[in-house]
Amino acid sequence: MRYVRDVAAVIRSKNAGPFELTFDLMFTDRQAYDEVRKNITPSKIAELYRIPVDDVLKIVHFEPALAVKITIVRPRASGALGETDVYGAQQHAPLFELTY
Amino acid sequence: MDEIRVLSPTAILGYGFPVASFEEGLRREPHVIAVDGGSTDPGPYYLGSGNSFTQRQAVKRDLKLLIGAALERNIPLIIGTAGGSGARPHVEWAWEIVQEILTETRQKAATAVVFSDVPKAVVLDMIRQGRTAPCGPLEELTPEAVEDAVHLVAQMGVEPFIAALEEGADIVLAGRAYDPAAFAALPIMRGFDPGLALHMGKILECAAIAAVPGSGSDCLLGRLQRDSFILETLSPVRQCTPISVAAHTLYEKSDPYVLPGPGGTLDLRSTQFEGLPEGRVKVWGTKFVPTPKFTVKLEGARAVGFRTVSIAGVRDPIMIEQIDSILEGVRERVQDNFDELQDYFLQFRCYGKNGVMGDLEPTPNPGHELGIVIECVAETQEIANTICGFARSTLLHYGYPGRKSTAGNLAFPYSPSDFSAGAVFEFCVHHLMELDDSKGIFPMEWRVIE
Repeated sequence: MRYVRDVAAVIRSKNAGPFELTFDLMFTDRQAYDEVRKNITPSKIAELYRIPVDDVLKIVHFEPALAVKITIVRPRASGALGETDVYGAQQHAPLFELTY
Repeated sequence: MDEIRVLSPTAILGYGFPVASFEEGLRREPHVIAVDGGSTDPGPYYLGSGNSFTQRQAVKRDLKLLIGAALERNIPLIIGTAGGSGARPHVEWAWEIVQEILTETRQKAATAVVFSDVPKAVVLDMIRQGRTAPCGPLEELTPEAVEDAVHLVAQMGVEPFIAALEEGADIVLAGRAYDPAAFAALPIMRGFDPGLALHMGKILECAAIAAVPGSGSDCLLGRLQRDSFILETLSPVRQCTPISVAAHTLYEKSDPYVLPGPGGTLDLRSTQFEGLPEGRVKVWGTKFVPTPKFTVKLEGARAVGFRTVSIAGVRDPIMIEQIDSILEGVRERVQDNFDELQDYFLQFRCYGKNGVMGDLEPTPNPGHELGIVIECVAETQEIANTICGFARSTLLHYGYPGRKSTAGNLAFPYSPSDFSAGAVFEFCVHHLMELDDSKGIFPMEWRVIE
C-alpha cells in the first residue's frame, strides 16, 4: 500500500462553478498515473469525504495532463450561509490519505 | 491572413501585469488585446451587491496601459465581464474608469458597451415554456428565484462582441461573458476555426496561470493559425509546457473533455499538446460542436440579510476539550434571551478543528488553540449586531464544568471585537436558458467622448 501523495505532483481542489467542487490529481510519471487512476473509485472518494456515493458526480482520466479529475456536489452553493471556503481551494487535504 | 495574435495581459482586469511583459507582447504585434474582468469565484456578494471585487485604482492602472497601447496601434481592446460580475452597475463602474482615462489622457475612442442583464419577464416566460434547466446539481429554476434576484445576467458568447467589432468599436466593454468569448471574437469574425479560437481563449483568459511558474498577474500571447494555436509566455522566468497547458484545461471545470458554452460545446477528446522551443506550446484537434438549441447560462443572486462577525481565540485546554457542548450552551442562552427573534442564522466556526472543511472534515480534532469566528446573519444589521454581540459576551463569560480560568474565555485580537460585514447574498440562479436570437438579449450602446 502506498500513498498517492508520494507520487502525485499536484493535489488541488477548486470550485467548478458555484455548485460543484472539483479535485485534480496530477502526475509527472505515466506509470504512477496508470496505477493510481485504476484505484480511484466513487466509493473511495465518498468514504474519504463522508458523503453519499451519488454526490461523487464524475471521475475523469485526462491523459494529456496525466491527471485524474474528481467532481463532487458542493456541500452548499458557494457563499451560501454556512460556507467555509468560498473558492473551494482548501478542500483537498483528505486526498493526501488516498492509497493505492 | 494565416495567423492572428491575441494578447492577454492579466487573468483579471485589476490583477496587474509587469510592463516589461506587456511590451514584449506588443512587440509581437497583436491584432487584439483582450482581458477578462470577472468571475463568480469570489462568491455571490459581488453579483448581488453590484460592487466589484477588484479595486478601482488597480483596474484603472491596468486599463490605462491597455487603452493607451490599443489606441496607439489601432487594434481593438475587448473587456469581458466588466466590473467583476458584469451586471449593469459593474459595467457602468468600469465605463466610468474608461471615461476618466480617455478624458485625462485626451484620447478618443468609440466604445461599445454591451449589457448582459436579462429582463425578468423573458426568463419567466422561458420557465413557462419549459426552456430553462439547472446548470449543475441544483433544483429547476423557479419564478420565485427569478423575482428574488437583485441582478440577473446571462453569459454572452462571441456574437455580441463580433457585432461591436464589425461596427468599428475601438473598445468593447461587455457585461457578463463566457470567459473565452472576448478572446475568440476577433479570430472567429476573421474566419478562424471556432473550436481552436475558443480553446485558445479558454487558456488566455487566465493569462500566465497556464505557464510554469504560473501567475495570474502576467501576460500570455496566443497565435492562432489555420489548424492549430501556439501559446507563448512573455516573461523570461515563465514557460508553457504541454503539461502546464493541458493541466490548465482542467482548472475550475468538471470535465476537461467536454466544455459546454453558449451555443455549443468544446470537444477536447482529440486535442494534442506539443512542446516547442523557447517555452512555447502548440495545440490542435479541439472542435466546436454547435448544440441544436442555442443556450446561455444565467446567473442571479438574491439578498439574504446582514452579517456581523466576531473573531476570537481560545487557548485553555479544559475549554477546548468541551468546545462543542460549550458552544451549544451559548446557542441555547442566545435563543432563550431573544426568544422573540427566531429568524436569524448563528454559527460558531472553530479554526483548528473543522473551520476549513466543516462537515467534510475527516479529522475534526482540536489543536492546542482554536480560532473562533462567531457569525450572525439576520434581517437587519441591528439584529445581526445584537445576536452576534450577545453570543460573544455569553461565550466570554460562560461557566463550563471544571473551569479554572474564571476571568474570561476568549482572546480578542481587536477592539472593537465585532464587525458589521454588511449585506449578504446567495446565488439563486445558475441555470441554462434557450435563446431564440444569440444577440437579441445583449443590448449594445455606443459611448463616444469628444
